[in-house]
Amino acid sequence: MAPGVQGFMYPNEVELQWSVLIVLYPYITGLVAGAFILASLSRIFNIAAVKPIYRLSLLTALAFLLVAPLPLQLHLGHPERSFEMYLTPHKTSAMAMFGFVYLWYLLVVLLTEIWLDYRGDIVRLAESRRGPMKWIYAALTLGSYNVSPESRRIDDRVGWAVTLIGIPSAFLLHGYVGFIFGSVKANPWWSTPLMPIVFLFSAMVSGIAAVLVIYQAITRIRGREADMACLDTVAKYLFYVFIVDFSLEMLDLVHRTYESNESFRALDFMVHTRLFFSQIVLQIYLGTLLPIALLAVTQVVKLRAPVRRVLYSTAASLTLTGILAMRWNVVIGGQLFSKSFLGYTTYKMEFATREGLLPAIALMILPFPILWVLLKLLPPWEEQKAT
Amino acid sequence: MDMNRRELLVGVGKFIILSGSARAALNGDTETYNMAEHWWGMTIDVSKCIGCGNCVRACAAENGVPKGYFRTWVERYQVNGGDMEHPRVDSPDGGFNGFPPRGPSNAKSFFVPKLCNHCADSPCVQSCPVGATFDSPDGVVLVDEKYCVGCRYCIQACPYGCRYLHPTKHTADKCTLCYHRITKGLTTACCEACPTGARKLADLKNPADPVHEFLRDNNVQILKPQMATRAKVYYKDLDGAVR
Repeated sequence: MAPGVQGFMYPNEVELQWSVLIVLYPYITGLVAGAFILASLSRIFNIAAVKPIYRLSLLTALAFLLVAPLPLQLHLGHPERSFEMYLTPHKTSAMAMFGFVYLWYLLVVLLTEIWLDYRGDIVRLAESRRGPMKWIYAALTLGSYNVSPESRRIDDRVGWAVTLIGIPSAFLLHGYVGFIFGSVKANPWWSTPLMPIVFLFSAMVSGIAAVLVIYQAITRIRGREADMACLDTVAKYLFYVFIVDFSLEMLDLVHRTYESNESFRALDFMVHTRLFFSQIVLQIYLGTLLPIALLAVTQVVKLRAPVRRVLYSTAASLTLTGILAMRWNVVIGGQLFSKSFLGYTTYKMEFATREGLLPAIALMILPFPILWVLLKLLPPWEEQKAT
Repeated sequence: MDMNRRELLVGVGKFIILSGSARAALNGDTETYNMAEHWWGMTIDVSKCIGCGNCVRACAAENGVPKGYFRTWVERYQVNGGDMEHPRVDSPDGGFNGFPPRGPSNAKSFFVPKLCNHCADSPCVQSCPVGATFDSPDGVVLVDEKYCVGCRYCIQACPYGCRYLHPTKHTADKCTLCYHRITKGLTTACCEACPTGARKLADLKNPADPVHEFLRDNNVQILKPQMATRAKVYYKDLDGAVR
């Protein structure tokens, strides 16, 4: 028997096909979709309290979106052929649409919305800066220097429309990622119509949590005070969305348990053994119940602002860990059992290889320097905003 | 020998035609192969399989299958009484070297050869994002290794565990039903090597093929019919415990 194998695996199943990099793919796209949805809802519903993080959410979404395809590229056996998905997409494949969904979201939604929102600032910076920065901003104007009130009003209206399109697009982006897994009928761990919905809500949870952490970290780095009304509102959203997300996941669990079909014993065994730490401890207890409890406390007990800030940061950090664990449990967990339901294998994560832990860590860090560049280039701070 | 020009031309013509036919007959010329006239599958008589591993070795030798990966393999099942849901199954090295004996047992024991089912509605073909995995018109699921991007979605989509990523080509790989042989009128390497005739190549479009009799006269099952893949590997007397 191959090492790490328990029971019977079909011989080709012993080796896992999708590595930690594929865990990052839904995690990162989830952060993108969640951050964008947070920004968009505040704009569409005109929620003043969330204004301070509107632009930051958009830039966070962009920083992560730029990194999103990289784990896939690194994972492919022939990354040089990946462009074929654009040229000759196979229409019946759920995966074939990724490139189009990605480009739509990047070019039509996110970049357009950011550009329209920042156009006033870009023109001002292009006219006030000197040296290479002037040229960069001049390029970003795309030749349009008209910032008359009428022109800005049009920007705002078009931006609003793009945001409106953006919300279903963000739903599409991550619901689609869920569909890639949920439509694999060969794999009972993945195959459920709930998968896109669960992915979507978990994306919103992770995106909101990410913005909550990043906003607090950045305000601290800048030596400013975080806007408490904004934090309170975002934390409230996180709490409510998290409850919906958790309910959906529990619905899935209860349904599987009650139905107890042919795969149940294998999956149940896995949850109690190989996935116990990542699923029960990390995802459910530390990554879901504890942050929900912390957020619930902030909702029902009157606490001082510094205490609330600590609770929000703790809950959001735990949430991010929990959602990462959830992605791990879906992607890796879905490959640990045999499709014969008679055996289990082990994932041996490599370290400094193309699909190892080191590139995975590098890819998780990469959005932050990108975000730093974006923040320098397009400061999202209210006090620097052009009218 | 006296020969006028007419006789010479007729003779040369006959030589060209006959030598061409002879070469085609000897070499199994693929140019005479018409894909529209065939619909390939396989029949497996479980009771005839002795677990010798000849098929696995023949497949590996014929197709250069890398060590540790399998285009075909053999599983040994032991079913205790009525415990159909927990059979004891093993397949050491895919049955490449046969099977070590097990101690005496009252359990029902049998071997099940496995290979790609060349499904007519194959999830692997459906899932390939670039169309590198495709159905040939004669019913064989093939991979274009010059086009495959190596995303491995097809491997996840196959309910039978028949696919793997080739360790050096970095593309999806699987049983081709020895397409290079069957299009020349030969049978597959595994069928040819099977000493008991447990595995037989089947052409479902050929009315003279014994597959029709096999399907008509036996209790026949396909693997995981609930997957609705229209698998074309037909098992005779397959035990309900087999996954």
